[in-house]
Amino acid sequence: MNFGMTEEQDLLRSEVRKFLDEQSPMEEVRGAADTPEGFSRALWKQLSELGWVGLVTPEEYGGAGLGWDDLVVLLEETGRTLFPSPLLSCVMAGAAILDAGSEEQRRAWLPALADGSCIGTVAVLEEGDSLLPRDLRLRGEPDGDAVVLHGEKHFVAEAGEADLFVVAFRSGDADEALSLAVVEAHAEGVRSETGRSLDPTKRSGTLHLDGVRVGPDAILGSLGEAGPALALLLDRGAIATSAEMLGAAEGLHAMTVQYAKDRTQFGSPIGRYQGVKHPLAEGYVDLECMKSLLYYAAWALEASPEEVPLAASQAKAFASEAFSQMGITGIQLHGAIGYTQDSDVHLYLRRSKWARPAFGDEAYHYDRVATLGGI
Amino acid sequence: MDFHFTPQEEAFRQEVRSFLAEHLPPADDREPETLARWNRALAEKRWIGFSWPREEGGGGGTLIQQFILKEEMSKADAPPLGSDFMGLQWVGPALIRHGKEDQKRRFLPDILASRTLWCTGYSEPAVGSDLASLQTRAERDGEEYVLNGSKIWTSAAHHAKWIFLLCRTSPEKESRYHGITCLLVSMQSPGIEVQPILTLTGNHTFNQTFFNDVRVPVNNRLGQEGEGWKVVMGALANERSGISESTEMERELEALKQLARRSRSGGRPALEDPSVRSEIARFETWISAMRLNGMRYLTNQLRGGHPSSETSVNKLMRGRIEIPMMELATRLLGNGAQEGGSWQERALTFHGTVIGGGTPNIQRNIIAQRILGLPKD
Repeated sequence: MNFGMTEEQDLLRSEVRKFLDEQSPMEEVRGAADTPEGFSRALWKQLSELGWVGLVTPEEYGGAGLGWDDLVVLLEETGRTLFPSPLLSCVMAGAAILDAGSEEQRRAWLPALADGSCIGTVAVLEEGDSLLPRDLRLRGEPDGDAVVLHGEKHFVAEAGEADLFVVAFRSGDADEALSLAVVEAHAEGVRSETGRSLDPTKRSGTLHLDGVRVGPDAILGSLGEAGPALALLLDRGAIATSAEMLGAAEGLHAMTVQYAKDRTQFGSPIGRYQGVKHPLAEGYVDLECMKSLLYYAAWALEASPEEVPLAASQAKAFASEAFSQMGITGIQLHGAIGYTQDSDVHLYLRRSKWARPAFGDEAYHYDRVATLGGI
Repeated sequence: MDFHFTPQEEAFRQEVRSFLAEHLPPADDREPETLARWNRALAEKRWIGFSWPREEGGGGGTLIQQFILKEEMSKADAPPLGSDFMGLQWVGPALIRHGKEDQKRRFLPDILASRTLWCTGYSEPAVGSDLASLQTRAERDGEEYVLNGSKIWTSAAHHAKWIFLLCRTSPEKESRYHGITCLLVSMQSPGIEVQPILTLTGNHTFNQTFFNDVRVPVNNRLGQEGEGWKVVMGALANERSGISESTEMERELEALKQLARRSRSGGRPALEDPSVRSEIARFETWISAMRLNGMRYLTNQLRGGHPSSETSVNKLMRGRIEIPMMELATRLLGNGAQEGGSWQERALTFHGTVIGGGTPNIQRNIIAQRILGLPKD
């Protein structure tokens, strides 16, 4: 029994942290978030060269071949600094192709996703904003051995920048009769745009599919049989998002603890007062629980697949509730300075609001925990 | 990360399970003779005082074995390992670290054999969370101390043979932690009076214990005079991850689910009420978090770290979970809850569990000051 990080994982963490602290301090984050693309291509290139974009892509497809228990360390660190990049989306697109794709499909797309030259994302949600299989209405109309897609996908991360979309659609009336396919941005009938985001360090938008023809070479697995692959993909999304949330929550908490030590009122640092120190102690308890639930879920992805659904839902449900509360508390403990553009606190608050619904909020995940727990 | 156990550890788990299959008394039988039989069987395995060194009569169990033993016992809802809870939890470990040979020989075998019962005297009427300000005094008189004062919340003092207490042997000087001494006092000593205090459940577990010119041999002092604080604060490398508490709570949660299955809420079956579903799911998630926190802390201990302030994390989690869990149970029982019963009993008892060993606010202070480095208040 060993529930701790390995030396390699500790090393990865310190390398990523050093890189981000040096290359992407908060002024850089704010600057990148202000550009039309929303992230720095130069830093993205460096990140790819360091092997971090393809961290979990197997070596035979050009990646570093590490596991999701390593990936969460990387994502925790990118979350801590609110590093704006399409990393999470690329990882998700790569995972879908690796999980559901054929050998040929993997060879066709994974190397470019791993080296950062191709930006990928997943397109699942529709106007109703529901992750439940029965609520996915986009239908793939058969056309010979191909399908034709007519419709829209909403809340697609990096919609405006992506070169490649893994799209979920329906191939039958049964709830689970779902399919996954790769749609490239330059294909005929594909259009996408970036929408407004509450969190300037995260971009998402809408994918329009106007009679897009998807050939058999782009359909991942068999038509109508991607239900389990999609479920796994959504669990991966919940876990990856929880990792970024944990990191961001840690960043926010550390910043607030520092403020409580520095800020003096009534002749004493405010962190001396229980009205300030107790919420910070509760925040620490939340961080500890987020870590434990997240690391366990990431371990399950690698070593105990049957535990993934429950572990992923517990991690994401807890993170959604706890990080949201920490965003609120963070502003209040900073007082008026927390309510300004100058302070970075609001960026963390915004991130908490972006991340809460991503891959399911606590209402969705607690209901799933209840169902999986036999009630 | 690896949540598997070695073949040797698995074999130990099997050993515990076979023991339980043979010796676990039925759930409704906790009669004194039954418990005595249970404790004798445990003592034979050296599973009472399992964390103590073998040369002190303990089991010399490794941290992982302690964890497995506690987890299996908790899963089976077994009676406690040994009847002298305070003796095993506090007094024995302190004696092993700070006791003289003759003190160890006098007290440890009785604790292990459940022949004695200890109570502890920390809090006083005016001294609770701020323990170092205690007022009970002991004056040296030749080869004896003369003890005066009173201790409160002394659980089991009305049955105990001995009390392990802290008193002041010299006035508070610059450091409040100096001048406190640890004494081992026979409850049969002349001048001791025990007055019951009923808990809010109506049970008699607590007392106030008065000391009027109680004479205590100097040889019953544990550790040096004035260094009692150190004696109490130091502990053996016990498994303190809180994992077995989470196993206990998993059992409570299972019972709560059963209750929810047969209850109604807002005029419909309780399980159709989304708020009931999400509350139960939240408890389940929090209990998982607690168990997993414990496993991370245990890993840290296995790697040579010392368990310290992190135990406050799971203590706070326990408070977050237990009281709301019982609130939901009494809500589901509705007007039926007025009649009393086991849920109601537990719903009241947990208010004590949360406070014992330091209130939630004290735990928050510990985390804020010792882990986050915020200034003391």
